Amino acid sequence: MIDKIVPTVAAALDGLHDGATVMIGGFGPAGQPVQLIEGLLTAGVGELTVVSNNAGNGDAGLAALIGAGRVRRIVCSFPRQADSWHFDEKYRAGAIELELVPQGTLAERIRAGAFGIGGFFTPTGYGTQLAEGKETRVIDGRGMVLEQPLRADFALVSAQRADPWGNLVYRKTARNFGPMMAAAAATTIVQVRETVALGELDPEAVVTPGIFVDRVVRIDKEETR
Amino acid sequence: MSDIPGSLGREELAARIARDIPPRSYVNLGIGAPTLVANYIEPERDVILHTENGMLGMGPQAVGDEIDGELVNAGKIPVTERPGASYFHQADSFGMMRGGHLDFCVLGAYQVSVQGDLANWSTGAPDAIPAVGGAMDLAIGAKNVFVMMDLFAKEGASKLVAECSYPLTGVRCISRVYTDVAVFAVGPEGASVLDVFGLTVEQLRERTGLELADRTAAGSGAPA
Repeated sequence: MIDKIVPTVAAALDGLHDGATVMIGGFGPAGQPVQLIEGLLTAGVGELTVVSNNAGNGDAGLAALIGAGRVRRIVCSFPRQADSWHFDEKYRAGAIELELVPQGTLAERIRAGAFGIGGFFTPTGYGTQLAEGKETRVIDGRGMVLEQPLRADFALVSAQRADPWGNLVYRKTARNFGPMMAAAAATTIVQVRETVALGELDPEAVVTPGIFVDRVVRIDKEETR
Repeated sequence: MSDIPGSLGREELAARIARDIPPRSYVNLGIGAPTLVANYIEPERDVILHTENGMLGMGPQAVGDEIDGELVNAGKIPVTERPGASYFHQADSFGMMRGGHLDFCVLGAYQVSVQGDLANWSTGAPDAIPAVGGAMDLAIGAKNVFVMMDLFAKEGASKLVAECSYPLTGVRCISRVYTDVAVFAVGPEGASVLDVFGLTVEQLRERTGLELADRTAAGSGAPA
């Protein structure tokens, strides 16, 4: 019987190597898979390319990973925040490369990568600095920019609940990038607060079907508030 | 806010914008001052608030026991859900914008051009750390995109301009500009004044250096 639930964070992160491209879910702290990121820190991997909406908050999770110098390049929409001091320091020191992407374009590039789309034209960013060097076209009278799909070696996602097949349910605005990232990586690793037996999730309410999920680890002690 | 007698404060301006949002609209309010608009939309108007991080039916800011780190708005501030709320992922959320499903969006700005170009994500300072977030998506992401700002910067320069000097967020995307001293319509025909608070249309022309059509109730043209 399929059982994607693994006992430890270390087991969940097995094979995650130096130089990997890693998508990390979350909108600020909401939905950030903090325990998986801490597992990456412990495992000692580096030279990572990270795809994430923000570049870390405070000193935990992604901020700690960046602070420890493990991230070589980040693809991100909103790195600069009041509490992004680790990123700010690395960026000013020239120690991290930044690819800035409008937030909706970031989500859509990940979705394109996940679902076999070779790129798409979007009106977002047309006529701005972020469209410089990109192919443009006028479609139905509207200026559009060609954007490329994004894929990753690994996705680290946080969800509320999973079953052994890896079917996922999220919680409130912590869902954010999880469903797209889960589908866009060769190996998708999910941390959840709760695991349930097969058949206990309402099939109508499953947000991420288990086909997109490879490993699930339950985090026992985590604050939700 | 200005010290011009008769000009509107932040709260009064928010109330003025709220008046122009019809019942049953789907609305996104940008980070900062635009969030104040929500305080002046009565619940019985059934205006449904969208937040870019994945929710429709957003309620007021959370207090006390309501605070939940997984229920936040675009500014990462804890909020509440109204009955009828729904959650969705980022691609759907931005698809709602890009696809023109939202009726109104209210944003802050560094500059707006008389043609409706918006600059609100970067001052272009060479040492600044760039961050764009959802700004470019929001700029082109509603049927009507309004700006809420003070008309004059601290040093007195008009933020309504002939051409934006700051990096653009979106091209020809703004239809109205609500400021502390006047409401403007902007677009392909240039800027016109719809309403004034404390300055005359002629004074606005002098202080902005712009050609401004007068479409105020008291002016030559009919109000919008």
